[in-house]
Amino acid sequence: MTPQDDQDGLEAQFAQWRQYVERRPELRKSDTEELEDHLRGSVEELTSVGLRADEAFLVAVKRMGGLDDLSREFAREHSERLWKQLVLTGETEGAVEGTRSRRDLFAMVICAAGAAISVKVPALFGLSFEHDGAFYGLNISLFAFPWLAAFLAWRRQAARGLIGVMLALFALGAVAANAYPIGEESQSAVTTGIHLPIALWFVVGLAYVADDVRSSRRRMDFIRFTGEWFVYLALMAAGGGVLTAFVFGTFKAIGIVPEDAMAQWLLPCGGVAAVVVAGWLVEAKQSVVENMAPVLARLFTPLFALVLLAFLVAFGWTGAGLDIEREALILFDLLLAVVLGLLLYSLSARDPLASPNIFDRLQLVLVVSALVIDVLVLFEITGRITEYGTTPNKAAALGENVILLANLAWSAWLVLGFVRRRTPFAALERWQTGYLPVYAVWAWIVALVFPPLFSYL
Amino acid sequence: MRVTKDLVAASATPMVLGILSEGESYGYAILRRINDLSGGELDWTEGLLYPLLHRLERLGHVESSWQSVTGERRRKYYRITESGLAELAEQRRQWNTVVDALKKVWLDSGEWTLPAIPLEGRA
Repeated sequence: MTPQDDQDGLEAQFAQWRQYVERRPELRKSDTEELEDHLRGSVEELTSVGLRADEAFLVAVKRMGGLDDLSREFAREHSERLWKQLVLTGETEGAVEGTRSRRDLFAMVICAAGAAISVKVPALFGLSFEHDGAFYGLNISLFAFPWLAAFLAWRRQAARGLIGVMLALFALGAVAANAYPIGEESQSAVTTGIHLPIALWFVVGLAYVADDVRSSRRRMDFIRFTGEWFVYLALMAAGGGVLTAFVFGTFKAIGIVPEDAMAQWLLPCGGVAAVVVAGWLVEAKQSVVENMAPVLARLFTPLFALVLLAFLVAFGWTGAGLDIEREALILFDLLLAVVLGLLLYSLSARDPLASPNIFDRLQLVLVVSALVIDVLVLFEITGRITEYGTTPNKAAALGENVILLANLAWSAWLVLGFVRRRTPFAALERWQTGYLPVYAVWAWIVALVFPPLFSYL
Repeated sequence: MRVTKDLVAASATPMVLGILSEGESYGYAILRRINDLSGGELDWTEGLLYPLLHRLERLGHVESSWQSVTGERRRKYYRITESGLAELAEQRRQWNTVVDALKKVWLDSGEWTLPAIPLEGRA
């Protein structure tokens, strides 16, 4: 063995050791470097007294002691490292990752600023956020989602064709919101106001899966993204509430009531900017922080299952008929949506290869009891509609109910198959991700077709 | 004769600060110096030294800088600060008190002169 070979072998060993050490969360890159310098000092000393390089390396590593002990000592001094932190700027360790995250940050700031400015553009034409609620109610998502989609499309380097499609869809959304003669107090204003953001969110989804539109895994990622984005947005809304309260309180103490500044600037600009910032946060922290939505889903699945079962038992026990109020259909739609969410986010965090366990059975109970309740409700409602005729509200709610019911019914079948080890878990995942376009199409139909269909009622 | 772990830990801070008061140094050299000073009797590990250096840095007793040595290698050098010197003086005062008291009690009880205690190791 030549000295050169010896040296190369040593470098390879060091590289291996570095890789091994860098996996420890307690040890930063600078620590690894410091320890490597130590190890090299040790090796040099040992080779100078006559050991071969590989022998010297072994002895030096042995002297350093077990990596477990070493990282335990480091953890005692640097306990904060065990709490994974989301680094906002700079200080990232790899140079390439550093520039990447800085560029992301820059793009996010541009998009958030763009959203904040665009939401104020209608003010130039005399529309105010405070007094033109109808306009903003229909259009607010058009000031936020295109910017989030732009950020995601930039990050994914979306193809031109796809960008064209997204632009066309956003334009179509603008038409749906503004071209129809929808009265301020009409039901159509409400249904469009609810369904247009959902429809546009799926356009954001298109930007999210830009690198591989048909991939089931990417669509599942979009479902995860949606859950985390929502959690972040809710947290930011809570923070914004605290900020608002303090602004009010402190300025009031010196005799200024900043109501206009709040209602005209902070609320709309902060709101649409938060939509973009939340999207950026989810992208940036993906692997840094535990995902919250699946944790919530795990916590609430047993509780919801229990409540639904209790409802069914009470219903059967008392034998009383269902007293369907006007809002009942919407309530049960929401219930189905929540159950679907619980199912989706439990799915999203599940190891596809693990065998079925008690939690999957619990999910089956949850889905089946939700289905039974919904069938009861649907039965009642259809009777009403045939009796009194329909409105946009009822038609939209009924459509959603049918869509969710179909999804959950087939999901229940697949979960049952999975629990009995007949169908693979992937079938369930494919069913859910394949179903996403159905929601999108329905949301677009309600926003685009319903107003003329019901003559702008 | 090996010094117990507790005693090594207790004397760690004044030891490192004392060595750094002789001039700036880096991890491996500090460990070598401790080895030389104690004739190999003090059992220091990397797991003791580096976290301690980082703690002293956090407390402001030492400051560090990366300097390049041969080739692409970088080495982290530590330097004692004003507050580190003050801390060292305080630690020395405390250690002197402990050592003086121990010496007195051992002299009084006459054990200092007992031949049963093997002192050859030091000689």
